[in-house]
Amino acid sequence: MSLKMPEPDQSVLSRRAEIVRALKAIVPGEGVIDDLDALRPYESDGLTAYRQPPMVVVLPETTAQVAQVLAWCHRNGIKVVPRGSGTSLSGGALPLADGVLLGLAKLNRILEIDYDERIAVVQPGVTNLAVTQAVEDAGFYYAPDPSSQIACSIGGNVAENSGGVHCLKYGLTTNNVLGVEFVTMEGEVLRIGGRTLDPVGLDLLGVIVGSEGLLGVVTEVTVRILPTPETARAVLIGFATVEGAGRCVAEVIAAGIIPAGMEMMDRPAIHAAEAFVNVGYPLDVDALLIVELDGPAAECTHLIDEVERIAIANGAVSTRISRNEAERIAFWAGRKAAFPAVGRLAPDYYCMDGTIPRRRLPEVLERMAQLSTQYGLAVANVFHAGDGNLHPLILYDANLPGQLGRAEAFGNDILRLCVEVGGVLTGEHGVGVEKRDLMPVMFTETDLAHQERLKHAFDPALLLNPGKVFPSLHRCAELGRMHVHKGQVPFPDLPRF
Amino acid sequence: MGTNRPTTADALTAIVADAVARGGRLELRGGGSKADVGAPRRDASVVDMTGFSGVIDYDPPELVLSVGAGTPLAEIEALVAGEQQMLAFDPFDHGPLFGRPSGAATIGGVIAAGVAGSRRVSAGGVRDHLLGFTGVSGRGERFVAGAKVVKNVTGFDLSKLMCGSWGRLVALTEVTLKVLPRPRESVTRIFHGASPSQAISIITAAMRSPASVAAAAHIPGHARGGAALTALRLEGFGPSIRARLAMLDALPGGICRGDAASDAVAAAIWADLRTLAPLNDGRPLWRISLPISGCLMVLAALRPHGARYLIDWAGGLLWLTFDGTADAVRDAAAAAGGHAMLIRAGAAMRADVPAFHPQPPPLAALEARVRRSFDPAGVFETGRFKGMPDAD
Repeated sequence: MSLKMPEPDQSVLSRRAEIVRALKAIVPGEGVIDDLDALRPYESDGLTAYRQPPMVVVLPETTAQVAQVLAWCHRNGIKVVPRGSGTSLSGGALPLADGVLLGLAKLNRILEIDYDERIAVVQPGVTNLAVTQAVEDAGFYYAPDPSSQIACSIGGNVAENSGGVHCLKYGLTTNNVLGVEFVTMEGEVLRIGGRTLDPVGLDLLGVIVGSEGLLGVVTEVTVRILPTPETARAVLIGFATVEGAGRCVAEVIAAGIIPAGMEMMDRPAIHAAEAFVNVGYPLDVDALLIVELDGPAAECTHLIDEVERIAIANGAVSTRISRNEAERIAFWAGRKAAFPAVGRLAPDYYCMDGTIPRRRLPEVLERMAQLSTQYGLAVANVFHAGDGNLHPLILYDANLPGQLGRAEAFGNDILRLCVEVGGVLTGEHGVGVEKRDLMPVMFTETDLAHQERLKHAFDPALLLNPGKVFPSLHRCAELGRMHVHKGQVPFPDLPRF
Repeated sequence: MGTNRPTTADALTAIVADAVARGGRLELRGGGSKADVGAPRRDASVVDMTGFSGVIDYDPPELVLSVGAGTPLAEIEALVAGEQQMLAFDPFDHGPLFGRPSGAATIGGVIAAGVAGSRRVSAGGVRDHLLGFTGVSGRGERFVAGAKVVKNVTGFDLSKLMCGSWGRLVALTEVTLKVLPRPRESVTRIFHGASPSQAISIITAAMRSPASVAAAAHIPGHARGGAALTALRLEGFGPSIRARLAMLDALPGGICRGDAASDAVAAAIWADLRTLAPLNDGRPLWRISLPISGCLMVLAALRPHGARYLIDWAGGLLWLTFDGTADAVRDAAAAAGGHAMLIRAGAAMRADVPAFHPQPPPLAALEARVRRSFDPAGVFETGRFKGMPDAD
């Protein structure tokens, strides 16, 4: 592993047997995993470039067990790494050699659904999609829809502040969570937020969401559920230039329209997707937009007409409107298959996640093309166009000497470029270990110190998920990201977009 | 105690650092619209933040606005309205509650109070629209958090902590907000003479439907000298509003079939919920945030004892005036799963009753540690919020 993680504490490792015994006393039965082979499945999350089996895995089934495990670890100075479904793309759940991996998967019950309050109370191991499935017969859904939603857990969504293609209109996890039950590293169980829209004092819930498992362990989540829109329709628009597509996005928003989804693909991504799924994407265009509208049928019809008019005024060379649900899904199929489709073009690809001000898109793509030439590596781009979240996919072959290093250097340059034009290092994947050492590109030491002190307020002993988010004192030479070798993604069945 | 009005971050940093060095206390003040919230006697010099005023960056299609934190709300609302946009959380202006002109509040003050208006129930609160900030912490250090783009998960989301912090963590100098398109049309549907429980039934049925109700409120008869009014507001494009009104019509039992409010009536309803003029009765004013199911519980406990009220946020917010004890209000709110903040009261009561609803001790201790992490010397603790650990 090239990544610098906190040095394992030999005195902790030498106490492994005692630690396992203590955990087994708290979580009886098969809730403690200490067999070395059985630890393997836990050695990485969705960022498989980094692997480290944990010292021991514990899978509690109740909040009380979570609290006891944390309190015991705190008293004994043992580090803890929380884990949901392990789908993080930034290494947020990467284990530590001398740490306990605290898996929340067994806390997987939906505790309460209240349609009058429009809330669901769920345990952290419930998957994102399971929330929607539990309420859809009553005409409701849970809005945040990360692409891994069939597997990723609500607890993990809270930790990462997960988004999805619909977050421009419906918000990220932070905008859809009302409260949590939360256990501190000391083992204290706190209720933060709940069923009211405003907190009593400081909005602690607001910093817990997106804290990447550094502040505490969430054991229950109260989420807002929404009435399902009556209908959804999509329009597929081809542009001869990226500039034209960018102007169209800006004018749609200027016209007062916030689409449910607004996605852009560049020429390499369009070609890769079309070759993969054959859904009829135009191949003679430099940019393709998918704009989805949802709401009452009359609203969708009205807005689709508006979007089409704006698109044509901005030089659209082709427009197709979905006539039924099957067509709408087909329009999305290529976009949703973009990652695996690009993955067919080269043995490995490497996914980035910066956000930029949308107006800078043409310039960013042009400079990315120059970098592509400079590094001798191709890049394809998919873009959550509504909110400026860019996913460049860098193509390389890890078996060719020097390509991995070049791909990583190229990726670093792209993220620096995102920050330089006024954007950020990560729009939705999180910092984790992946972008940890790039944090100083965006924040000064003083900025970071104000964030780190918050960590101290919650976890003064710094035992919870150390080595994540904040740069290590010793900067590592090589940064890594989401590496995919020969199509062997960690969750091959999960869409990634 | 004097007043400083810094106009540069360096000057502000020097003021905070000086206060830290001499053990002084600083009260941050924007437009002064909320000066009468909290304990009246404060041992602090005032820092007037209105010197940090003006638009820094505004590109409407990016949906992002950066302004000086001391910019008056009225100026910002006029600016974004000119681009057919809005601050979707409906900034709540405390000025009129205290007989002060509306619009004088600064955006920094609105963020510090973390209070949103009637659209909160559909569009989110201040917290959901603050993307980033620059400010000077109680350490006398200038720092930046968040960013100037709408989608960002880089680092801890410190912007959330600023909303509702009442100037006790950071002196904000620059803030970046998400702005959204202003709805092209707005229609208010009204229901006459509903009891509170009938009103909650109407509102709940509407909120459960896919009609995307933007705001839902109830003004009882006592508050308007006539029949009670229950109001549902729909916003958006014309064809969409008409379709959604039809959805409301089709709900079982015709429960959401009401009347169209005239423009004047609609404006008066939503103005009442902004200015709380119907509750201007000289009695203590409470703001109770609670689950929808708790709204009727609080009313059942306090109406027999003379409480007057307005219901907003589809039942999630109760504005209430009451002559009885603070404990009676807070016990009723807590029993209903909510909490009550004392907003307006005479100086004697404010000297005695903490503005914030008390928290369970472990949570209060955590909050105190968070405050100390930004302000270890307590330079922003002025005694305004009594009853909080480390508040004095």
